[in-house]
Amino acid sequence: MTSLSRDDVANLARLARIEMSDEELVNLSKEFTVILDAVARVQEVAGADVAPTSHPLPLRNVFRPDVVVASLTPEEALSGAPSQEESRFRVPQILGEE
Amino acid sequence: MIRNSAAEMAAKLNTGEITSVELTQLHLDRIASVDTDVHAFLYVNNEGALAQAAEVDSKRAAGEKMSPLAGVPLALKDVMTQKGVPTTCGSKILEGWRPPYDSTVVTNLKKNGIVILGKTNMDEFAMGSSTENSAYGPTHNPWDLSRIPGGSGGGSSAALAAFEAPLAIGTDTGGSIRQPAAVTGTVGVKPTYGGVSRFGLVAFSSSLDQAGPCARTVLDAALLHEAIAGHDPKDSTSINAPVPQVVAAAKSGDVKGMKIGVVKELNGEGYQSGVRTRFEESLELLAAAGAEIVEVSAPNFEYALAAYYLIAPSECSSNLARFDAMRYGLRVGDVDGASAESVMNLTREVGFGREVKRRIILGTYALSSGYYDAYYGSAQKVRTLITQDFNKAFEKCDVMVSPTCPTTAFKIGEKSNDPIAMYLNDIATIPVNMAGIGGMSLPAGLAPEDGLPVGFQIMAPAMQDDRMYLVGAALEAALSSKWGAPLLSKIPALAGK
Repeated sequence: MTSLSRDDVANLARLARIEMSDEELVNLSKEFTVILDAVARVQEVAGADVAPTSHPLPLRNVFRPDVVVASLTPEEALSGAPSQEESRFRVPQILGEE
Repeated sequence: MIRNSAAEMAAKLNTGEITSVELTQLHLDRIASVDTDVHAFLYVNNEGALAQAAEVDSKRAAGEKMSPLAGVPLALKDVMTQKGVPTTCGSKILEGWRPPYDSTVVTNLKKNGIVILGKTNMDEFAMGSSTENSAYGPTHNPWDLSRIPGGSGGGSSAALAAFEAPLAIGTDTGGSIRQPAAVTGTVGVKPTYGGVSRFGLVAFSSSLDQAGPCARTVLDAALLHEAIAGHDPKDSTSINAPVPQVVAAAKSGDVKGMKIGVVKELNGEGYQSGVRTRFEESLELLAAAGAEIVEVSAPNFEYALAAYYLIAPSECSSNLARFDAMRYGLRVGDVDGASAESVMNLTREVGFGREVKRRIILGTYALSSGYYDAYYGSAQKVRTLITQDFNKAFEKCDVMVSPTCPTTAFKIGEKSNDPIAMYLNDIATIPVNMAGIGGMSLPAGLAPEDGLPVGFQIMAPAMQDDRMYLVGAALEAALSSKWGAPLLSKIPALAGK
């Protein structure tokens, strides 16, 4: 039986960039005990002799001819921006002050 | 008129019995009168649809050569971008977003003159089996408004069953086209992976996602399939090969000598008795039509659900990282001095619903160092085993069949607090996505105990999608002659209309 503590879930939420209330963290940690138990069944048959499949098609390096085609105008690209300035996306501060 | 099939509507458009503007208006009127009860649509594009219809009418009047479905209306799942039309994926994080480009599916629809009525409701980012996970409220099953219409494409299936549209687009990652079709008595097809472009389909699980046609008849699904399928240089995973001859197959319906493999593991325990009754009856009808029924075994299918709930969340945790509040969509907490990281954290807290968060966290865990091999790695191996099961079974048969879902439509709210019970809905549909092959669900009748629709699933090898249409058309013909009318003629009237 695998279980995730409230603090484990808090760490995952931090990695996934999702703020979560204490109640949500506690609920998720309870649910995860059940869900992980159910999905851990894959380990029963996943022997070392079985090759993994990441994708249904055996594709490798798909290319198209290197020609310029129409693309979005700056106005179109910015049309959904929550905030913009001088034809650019305006974003909050990324680097810390220290 | 709105109860006609799309092919019948197209024929009437061709003879001039009706114009596309008139046909579109009839459907817009129907939406206006019943959608307050059904809630299939998140956005109805009255003006855009009528403008598109008028354009088709004038081309037809000018004597231009028209595509088979030109002028027929369609409902588009809200996971597919359409330029300038709101696209939310059932999520608050995309509320108000109007994409600056068309998905390739929409480009193909427009090229074929198919009129897009609006965007249909869905589980948030296609994660769910009931449409209850939409941030904009659930869709109701037209057979019984207290029940779910399936999911994630419950809006598209409900729109068909409520005669709000004769055609719809769905997407299927683990059954989101086929399960809604099953519980609403409609037809839904998940084409072979790569058969229809994913460009402009907002990604959930990229190695599983596949768009496909939803309709009320097998022929209508085939006509729509041909209109949207084909190679697309904008999607590197789209297959560069001719589209299987699905329309010809749907018109033929000849199954004489075909071998139909019944999957031993997708029947019996856990399947509602009325689902089994209708499934057995369908097998008898196919045998009477000349097919040979054989039993096949797929021992690793029992691990498909577990593998799916590792692979799909893993891919989703990566795909949904794009919703970072920087370039489009919701932004919360952007106050003076707030860091980008705190804005992302707050936006994603408010913008995502419970199920989406659950899957992102699960995927983050399954991909984290130390657990990767045990979870995601093992799930990828199961994927290999499932594909091998299919390959072995297809040596003994031309198509494989099973019930689409273990039960008929359940009540809204019945399973919403039990993720595992909800996930079990997809037990028979998931193997198809894992192997990237084609799957179809079509109505097999009503379960005697509750009078609700049951779905019959047909699975075909990759790029042999036409086989599903052959078998589907044969079964549909046999069932309609038994019933004397299409199944949907038995649906209760909505609001007395």
